[in-house]
Amino acid sequence: MAIARRAFRRFSAYRGATFAGVVTNTMFGFVYAAVFVAAHAVAGDIGGFDAVDTATYVFGAQAFLAMTGAHGDREIAERIRTGEIASDLYRPVDFQLWWLSHDMGKAAYQAIFRGIPPFVVGAIVLDLRIPTSPGTWLAFLLAAGLGVVLAFGVRFPANLAAFWMLDARGVVALTALAQVFLAGHIVPLYFMPDGLERVVRLLPFAGITALPVETLLGAHRGLDLAGVYALQLGWIVVLLAAGRSLLTAAQHKLVVHGG
Amino acid sequence: MAGVVETRDLTKTFTVRAKAGRVRRERREVVAVAGIDLRISSGEMVGYIGPNGAGKSTTIKMMTGVLTPSAGTVRVLGLDPITSRVELVRRIGVVFGQRTQLWWDLPLRDSFDLLRAVYRIDPQRYHANLAAFVDLLDLGPMLDTPVRQLSLGQRMRGELTAALLHDPALVFLDEPTIGLDVVSKHAVRRFLAEMNRDHGTTVVLTTHDLADIEQLCERMVIIDHGRIVHDGPLEEFRIRHGTQRTVVVDLEVEGPPLQVPNTTVVRVDGARQWLSFDRTVTTAAAVVAAVVALRPIRDVAIEEPAVEELVRELYERGGGA
Amino acid sequence: MVGERIRAGLADYRTLAAAKLRSDWQYRAGFVAMFASTVLVTAMDFAGIAVVFTKTPELGGWTFRDVAFLYGVAGVSFGLADFLVGSVEQISPRVRTGVFDMLLIRPVNALVNLTASEFTFRRVGKVAQALVVLVVATAVADIEWTLGRILMLPLTIVSGTVIACATWVITASIAFFTVETQEIANTFTYGGDLATSYPLHIFESWLRVLVTYIVPLVFVSYLPALYILDLETPLALPSWLRFASPLAAVAMVVVARAVWRAGLRHYRSTGS
Ligand SMILES: Nc1ncnc2c1ncn2[C@@H]1O[C@H](COP(=O)(O)OP(=O)(O)OP(=O)(O)O)[C@@H](O)[C@H]1O
Ligand SMILES: [Mg+2]
Repeated sequence: MAIARRAFRRFSAYRGATFAGVVTNTMFGFVYAAVFVAAHAVAGDIGGFDAVDTATYVFGAQAFLAMTGAHGDREIAERIRTGEIASDLYRPVDFQLWWLSHDMGKAAYQAIFRGIPPFVVGAIVLDLRIPTSPGTWLAFLLAAGLGVVLAFGVRFPANLAAFWMLDARGVVALTALAQVFLAGHIVPLYFMPDGLERVVRLLPFAGITALPVETLLGAHRGLDLAGVYALQLGWIVVLLAAGRSLLTAAQHKLVVHGG
Repeated sequence: MAGVVETRDLTKTFTVRAKAGRVRRERREVVAVAGIDLRISSGEMVGYIGPNGAGKSTTIKMMTGVLTPSAGTVRVLGLDPITSRVELVRRIGVVFGQRTQLWWDLPLRDSFDLLRAVYRIDPQRYHANLAAFVDLLDLGPMLDTPVRQLSLGQRMRGELTAALLHDPALVFLDEPTIGLDVVSKHAVRRFLAEMNRDHGTTVVLTTHDLADIEQLCERMVIIDHGRIVHDGPLEEFRIRHGTQRTVVVDLEVEGPPLQVPNTTVVRVDGARQWLSFDRTVTTAAAVVAAVVALRPIRDVAIEEPAVEELVRELYERGGGA
Repeated sequence: MVGERIRAGLADYRTLAAAKLRSDWQYRAGFVAMFASTVLVTAMDFAGIAVVFTKTPELGGWTFRDVAFLYGVAGVSFGLADFLVGSVEQISPRVRTGVFDMLLIRPVNALVNLTASEFTFRRVGKVAQALVVLVVATAVADIEWTLGRILMLPLTIVSGTVIACATWVITASIAFFTVETQEIANTFTYGGDLATSYPLHIFESWLRVLVTYIVPLVFVSYLPALYILDLETPLALPSWLRFASPLAAVAMVVVARAVWRAGLRHYRSTGS
């Protein structure tokens, strides 16, 4: 918790960049929203969602971009590259948990300052569907929180690649790319052809952005919602375990090669 | 003949926004260069010195087309550095000791070759110059090393070469000896002296190491708070500001401080005493004669204050005003 | 005189960009991976358009072929601009740290020096991808080729590239005046690329005003495409505007030049 709070404070130093990011997210939100709304104008409801749902989805997804580090967060890889990681490894707290808390703090900051403002602007200018039932909000918040953890689960192993490669930028960039598309930042998953959509919905990326935002739209309730959480939790367990075993292998390598 | 550098009332003010309180910002004017009149003739070697923040780098940046003056005029080789920047920098060389102008990831040789292309140096002259510089600065062993792997001293030799390959008539060097060891400093100084002697290159140099000035420059310009406080030959500076001398005597036996007219004993260490006097009031000979008349002595030495000492006093007085 | 300066500028660009490419090539693995990710990013953008068209036969009255053509034109122009001068965005850290000084002490146009010194080869990936889309879209779109339309296509690409380049330079010049909001530039450059890939009339009116009058990106693709594809627009735009892209390009160059020069004069370096 203390780690998360510190991360929160550290990131609040970049005010100018935050403002610029908000402007960019907002603009992209309007462009994407207009495109999908134009599609709805011809096709009517798509996958059970109408134009207002989709516009809401777009701004929701934009809000998730920074929060889930979809632009390729390389912080850990950079520390590995510069060797600063050594001091992190000697800290008396668990390395993976430490970074998870750090990322949660960062995400909280991004959610408040990068996520909410574009959404609010979108809601003022356009007609968005904001849920009124507290149950929907609760369901959404839980799904969003799990989405952030899941994003960390994906990012952590990608960053650890830096232990084995001189330049892990490519690995991180490719992972982020997959995330942007498969988590539903370019198009909502329900716009995808059915076969593709069915597969994508089973991948971890879907649980990062698409499922939480759809939950906000009230699309997942009851058993369906339980399925969403189950998918998120299942992938979290798998990815954190994968990250942990990679970390163990990396530490082993460090010991063998003497740092 | 017109000077290679001519400035009149050259001024640069920066507006800085400082935090005042939590959100409020305050605008403040910093006068970095406060009206400088300077004329440098072809072939001169000028030491441009002053305390930290005096405005040396700012002046040089205005002379090289990096910064636009706030007021006043500056002409270098007869050109306006801002409107004719490209034309001017083709004919001058610049070294900022704190920055590199070389290509970090490429071998040193590649940097030179790129500069040949950019400055459109005639290939024949380029090869002749490069061969001469490699020889003078002992660059041979590092030509094929990526610049990022060079030591500071090695890199600075590369920077000098880079700044002089195109036979500039005038070079500006902002702290070219910063961080160098005695050997590298010597190499840099010798190189500049030779360029000046053999090619008539005009050199303007800032430094915090006064030995650079003593060994290279006949002329020393001192600025403080953006104003010139001294401009003239080094010797003149010494004469004008260095009127204090010290006679150091080793007495046969220890004793109380000597009572010699027009002198003050500034220090006593066993049988050795330091007597300070003003050269315009009395002479060393008179002081020594007076001491000998008082007590038997074993040895005597006369100390002149180092330029460094004089400059420090000048800086501390706050601009000699 | 001017021709001489342009020739010198191009020669310097080639020299300096080649040096940067050689430097980057020292880190081969990263180079290849970043190149791959650039190609994929741009492919993904187009995949997004293709996905939307699996659910609707048309967008604002334009078919997939029409939009693909529009995407190709916008993508090639923005891609070329990004490839040639996109690295001008590296100005921000250079100005903040004062390293920009080192560009000014060379007998090279400062803009040429900056863009070439930061030349990023992988950006060619975007050009290549958009070019493939454009070629295929041009082949399959039912365009009634007249001499005017044949001439219009290259003219559009050139004008569009120039407009996009100018946009990059203008937004980058912000860095001379304030160090804090440089990232806003991306809204106009990458955001402009995205917006010009779709038919303008599907956007909200304020967004249309922005890309028509504030930053004239509508000249990059939409207006000339109306002519080449022979489509109607529901917007009340004078029809001669369809041919005005070269004029817009000239105007943008004039503005970019003025802003860049003002920026250079405003440049203040750093104290140490
Ligand atoms: N870009 C800038 N913005 C604001 N103030 C500046 C800037 N550059 C210089 N200054 C201020 O102008 C004054 C002169 O600075 P300058 O760098 O010219 O000094 P200097 O004589 O080269 O000092 P040093 O010996 O420390 O290098 C200083 O007060 C400095 O803080
Ligand atoms: Mg300085």
